[in-house]
Amino acid sequence: MADYKLIGHDYTTPEMLAKVTGQAKFSEDIRADGMLFCKLLLSPMPHARVLKIDASEALAMNGVAAILTPDDLPEVTVPPAGLTPFALTGWTERALTKEPLYEGEPILAVAAVDEVTAAEAIEKIKVDLEPLPFVIDPLDALRPDGPNGRTQGNVFVGHVGIDSKDIQALKWTAKDFGEVAAGRLPWDAKATVETSVGDVEAGLKQADLVLDETFFIQSTAHQVLEPRSTFAYWQNGKLYLYGSTQSMIRSVGPIARWVGIEPSQLVYISEYSGGGFGSKINSYPYVAIPALLSKKTNRPVMLRISREAENYIGRMRPGFQARIKMGFRKDGRVTAIDSFIIEDPGPYELTGQAEQAAQVASNSYQPLATRFRGIYVATNTPPKGAQRAPGLPQSVSMFEPLISKAARKLGLDQVEIRKINAPSSDSKFGVREPLQNLTSAYVREALDRGAELFKWQERKQRVSQRSGPKVRGIGVSVGSFTAGSVGYDGLLLVKPDGKLYIHQGIGNFGALAVMDTARVAAEFLGMPWKQCEVVWGSSGKHVPWSSNSGGSQTAHAHSRANYATALDLKRKLQEIAAQQMGGSPEAYEVDNGYVYRKDNTGSSLAFAKAAELAIKLGGKYDGHEVPQQVNALTKASVAALAGQGLIGVAKDEFPRKGATQGFVAGFAEVELDLETGVYRIVDYTAVADAGTVLHPRNLGGQILGGSVEGFGHITTRNMIYERQSGRLVSRRMYQIRPPSILDVPLEMNWDAVNIPDPQTPVGIKGVGEPPVGAAAGAVLCAISDALSRVDKDIIYRTPVRLDRVLAALGSGKIHDLLAAYA
Amino acid sequence: MADRELADPMVPSPSGVSRRNFIKGVIAAGAAASSVSYLFRETALGQGSLPGSVERLVTLNVNGQLRRVDVMKQETLATTLRYKLGLTGTKVGCDRGECGACTVLIDDVPRSSCSILTHSVRGRKVVTIEGLAGANGRLHPVQQAVVDEQGFQCAFCMSGFIMSTVGFLKANPNPTRAEMAHGLSGNFCRCADYNKILNAMMRAAEYSRKARKA
Repeated sequence: MADYKLIGHDYTTPEMLAKVTGQAKFSEDIRADGMLFCKLLLSPMPHARVLKIDASEALAMNGVAAILTPDDLPEVTVPPAGLTPFALTGWTERALTKEPLYEGEPILAVAAVDEVTAAEAIEKIKVDLEPLPFVIDPLDALRPDGPNGRTQGNVFVGHVGIDSKDIQALKWTAKDFGEVAAGRLPWDAKATVETSVGDVEAGLKQADLVLDETFFIQSTAHQVLEPRSTFAYWQNGKLYLYGSTQSMIRSVGPIARWVGIEPSQLVYISEYSGGGFGSKINSYPYVAIPALLSKKTNRPVMLRISREAENYIGRMRPGFQARIKMGFRKDGRVTAIDSFIIEDPGPYELTGQAEQAAQVASNSYQPLATRFRGIYVATNTPPKGAQRAPGLPQSVSMFEPLISKAARKLGLDQVEIRKINAPSSDSKFGVREPLQNLTSAYVREALDRGAELFKWQERKQRVSQRSGPKVRGIGVSVGSFTAGSVGYDGLLLVKPDGKLYIHQGIGNFGALAVMDTARVAAEFLGMPWKQCEVVWGSSGKHVPWSSNSGGSQTAHAHSRANYATALDLKRKLQEIAAQQMGGSPEAYEVDNGYVYRKDNTGSSLAFAKAAELAIKLGGKYDGHEVPQQVNALTKASVAALAGQGLIGVAKDEFPRKGATQGFVAGFAEVELDLETGVYRIVDYTAVADAGTVLHPRNLGGQILGGSVEGFGHITTRNMIYERQSGRLVSRRMYQIRPPSILDVPLEMNWDAVNIPDPQTPVGIKGVGEPPVGAAAGAVLCAISDALSRVDKDIIYRTPVRLDRVLAALGSGKIHDLLAAYA
Repeated sequence: MADRELADPMVPSPSGVSRRNFIKGVIAAGAAASSVSYLFRETALGQGSLPGSVERLVTLNVNGQLRRVDVMKQETLATTLRYKLGLTGTKVGCDRGECGACTVLIDDVPRSSCSILTHSVRGRKVVTIEGLAGANGRLHPVQQAVVDEQGFQCAFCMSGFIMSTVGFLKANPNPTRAEMAHGLSGNFCRCADYNKILNAMMRAAEYSRKARKA
């Protein structure tokens, strides 16, 4: 390992003091004179058409300032290329709607002098709704005479981002539903997507063992702790909008589009965000509501999202109904994976997580052949979206128990069978040709290290002893996910005060890469951290074009961008020093706020002085010239900073062959009471392959925090709907049950293999997502291991509620295996 | 007791002082939060008091200071703190006492300020996250422990956790890790950074014991 001063060391992140003292401002903490407050009118029906809105009584109330209806929203337009990462389709949702497609979808908003008045006004508005057919369970939509979730049809066709704008009608046969009644997904029923790599039929034929099972994986609401509140006002034709998002600069384009303005008319501020987990990647359409109400009333407007509204509009992970065939050789090697997955993306857009689930399996288990078939069924449940490792917990909840079952049947060790199938750095993966290369994979190293920390072999002996009604089980699982993107910009400024200002366009929502990746710039400039200022949280602070703060991209993308920019700044410092003190730029090195001659002649120049000289020199040195290849938004930021000091600006153009993927190996032990079915997780260890360790304590927090999210997928988190009315039953946090501090082991262990990724300059990979899958898989396999003490089968439905454990301990049959939202 | 007091229409209001004059006085005295101007809606514009309502001025003891504030009958303490006293460090996560983000101390006991009516805390000591650090800016031992362990991620739950810990350590200054977990079980962290939170709070217990001895 390189001998770093900052990278790999713990430190106190610079925003910490504001957080512990309560001074950190989240979007709902902003105040302004004369501000108004809004309330939303949410649809009481899962699918309806708004025939008439009578707001006369509400508008006549004292203190009511304005109403916003769908007619007040701008037309949805296609944004300039590069400003939004997501495909725009005719079906894409807006802030308010005349055809609510799920219970809780916002129809209109009212602004008033306070929230109580706004709420009273909402009560006085008469909305005439025509109920329309609705569907909650995706399988119901596929029945021969089943209802469609959209008036245009019931299935989203095509692959996300490619041609997802079509909705079609697809129905299965009565014979297909005979299979469903027997608790099996009909293998020969129609699908809308099919991809394959290799000959899956041959792969299954050559297998010594083929498992063929049907699974149900539940949908889980994000339940971010900070609801997506927004505050907005207008000043001199510009919109100042305070929001809660993951990505900062990458939210500017989408917000401008939702509000109907140019990106240059928006100052977007998001200094602190209370978690996103994929639901706030590029903001969300509802920000248009306070923005447009503020325009209408010429007053600042706060949209405080209540937990009730957050439950509906705050996004969810899509659930699956699936059937998997998996072939194994005697030595445990996976010969083929054949998946048929029904995904419920909700009413608006294809989310593509079924295919993602098959893809992560192709990475983690390296099947010799693989096929994926899927259907994305429109339902009248809230829109689903990316949630911390989209597709991964769903994937491991199916594949990991199957691998465990195969290992038991073949008499193989659970760690060994995963090592046999694990990818290495020269592996490829994918469910479509061409396959993607990996930049690096150290899964076997992670499994070995984890087995050592967890004392796998010892524990295996111990848990096999049974005494009394309680049994123990242990499980191991691999989680893999994307861990980095390339091609983004960095922006550094040394001012005559001698400080290094590290401008960051990524968001500050808890992952802390916004602070951690700034350390990379400081490291390669030899700059003491106390002389560095991280500049973040507002497009008005002139930040560079950045990766999305999601998909575990930022640690990788912005360690690269900041490294590239540090090299640019260093080169400029060397050039200025050479001009001042003679010799070639190469004769100079930088350290401790000085650029000095390497031959120890004593000649040196303080960064502060170099900044003054840069301003005199102008041109590229103080930002009056900008490299062609950086993004237009970066150029605008540099132009705004030009003349303030020495500027470093660069685009990450380092080569990368293949896809950067992160991996985590998870190890869990559970204790299960055979008489009551109650189980608890008693121990957990996770080991990550996340490349070079950048900030150990934060890495540990990401690994174990992600792990607890994974526990919740298996143990407690659930969504239930009332089928006759299509209304959400689990509408409170205690009903949805994210894990609490008492649901997790008192102490958990983590480690990292800490091997640099060879295809990125500092070797750092992202890690936010793989631990979710590793933990979900490990806990599910540990429960199955405990059940195997009494010769019971694996679990086929998540979450593993008490009644399902008891069913598994009894007949082994779950009577409602395929019923969604039950 | 608190509820009875709230329901009692006979609790005297500041006699002889009109609401608006009182507010003007508060503004003139500079004793209210800087955000005062948007807090007190004009009665002519807003919904005004209904006959028989108890909207009125109260004095609260918050972070060791007496704060006079106009409070509606149905107003929660979280609303008063956040929107009338400028104390936005207290967060509202769920509106209904499920998540613990709004935890404050009332007479040293951690309570969900979203589920307590402001009228019920008159005469009691309210402490929020803003009231922990010393006047010289020195952090409270619990805050310092969180900083030293780099506890939490997004920090939206952080003030609630810190207030729960401060309250819990007053009752149990020497907890085991398991006891500490129970003490914090009313608080959700959705970044789910529980392991690091427990590390931080066990360190907080240690710092608090040292601070008491010193």
